[in-house]
Amino acid sequence: MPLKLDETDRAIVNALQGGFPLVDRPYAAAAAELGLSEEELIDRLKRLLDIGAATRFGPMYNAERLGGAVMLAALAVPPERFDEVAEIVNAYPEVAHNYKRTHRYNMWFVLAAETRERIEEVARAIEERTGLDVLRAPKLREFYIGFKVPV
Amino acid sequence: MSLKVDDRDRAIIAATQAGLPLVPDPWGEIAERTGMSRQEVLDRLRSMSERGVIRRVGLVPNHYKLGWTANGMSVWDIPDEMVEELGQKVGDLPFVTHCYLRPRRPPDWPYNLFAMVHGRTRAEVEGKVGRIAMILSPHFRAFDVLYSTRILKKAGLRISPDVVRIPHGSKV
Repeated sequence: MPLKLDETDRAIVNALQGGFPLVDRPYAAAAAELGLSEEELIDRLKRLLDIGAATRFGPMYNAERLGGAVMLAALAVPPERFDEVAEIVNAYPEVAHNYKRTHRYNMWFVLAAETRERIEEVARAIEERTGLDVLRAPKLREFYIGFKVPV
Repeated sequence: MSLKVDDRDRAIIAATQAGLPLVPDPWGEIAERTGMSRQEVLDRLRSMSERGVIRRVGLVPNHYKLGWTANGMSVWDIPDEMVEELGQKVGDLPFVTHCYLRPRRPPDWPYNLFAMVHGRTRAEVEGKVGRIAMILSPHFRAFDVLYSTRILKKAGLRISPDVVRIPHGSKV
């Protein structure tokens, strides 16, 4: 069952997916925009995090600007080997997320490491251990979008 | 302007990994934890934001828990000479959460433009993909939508073992 949010919660989620102000008393400033008190906004943010409607509130950092390297990758795994291969892939700490998707390329994961060389090493190690080709899909360009999903 | 983060930036990153303190003066609390002045904390956060080290500051909704369970990665084969212009148009759509140019690997992976779309149902995602198709028509040569059916792993992106664990929600 999806969580039910009231109108104020939804307004908070929609307004605060980005653009939280880097000013003194930022919650008071953001609350004023929403017609709430500072205390009410803080309480509602705590609650949204507590009930799991949001997973995090804070700065989102850009991995690459922090000197790290990141690459999306995929495998076309034969269905009967799926769980075995997932276990191999997930065991690498460099694998940040991994999703099963509806395609012949049915396993999509993000590799993150301190260097591009390390990412390539892990991709090759996965190829060696699974006998499957890793589709390398590094980001060449991002078409920037300001905002996220309205709720 | 340097893109590099120094040790003091890293201390702030470490102190905000779990998120911002939910207190009236969050900068003051981070200052206390890191041993800096609150002005330095605020200046450094602003600077990281301007340099793009911080992409945005805000809330990461849990789409699944809010009922947005359909997650479609739409992928398109767009001629190279059109992809800059068309990618920008797709990225500007309010319901596209990520839009990237990535390399093709012919013959089995002809797609170079990736646009992520969420919805409460697959039908809703399909409707949005249809709107993308209208923008890309008649230039796209092939497309597909890959729905996620299982989360196999979801951890932070670990960049530097000592301090920097990038929370999910950070874009890659």
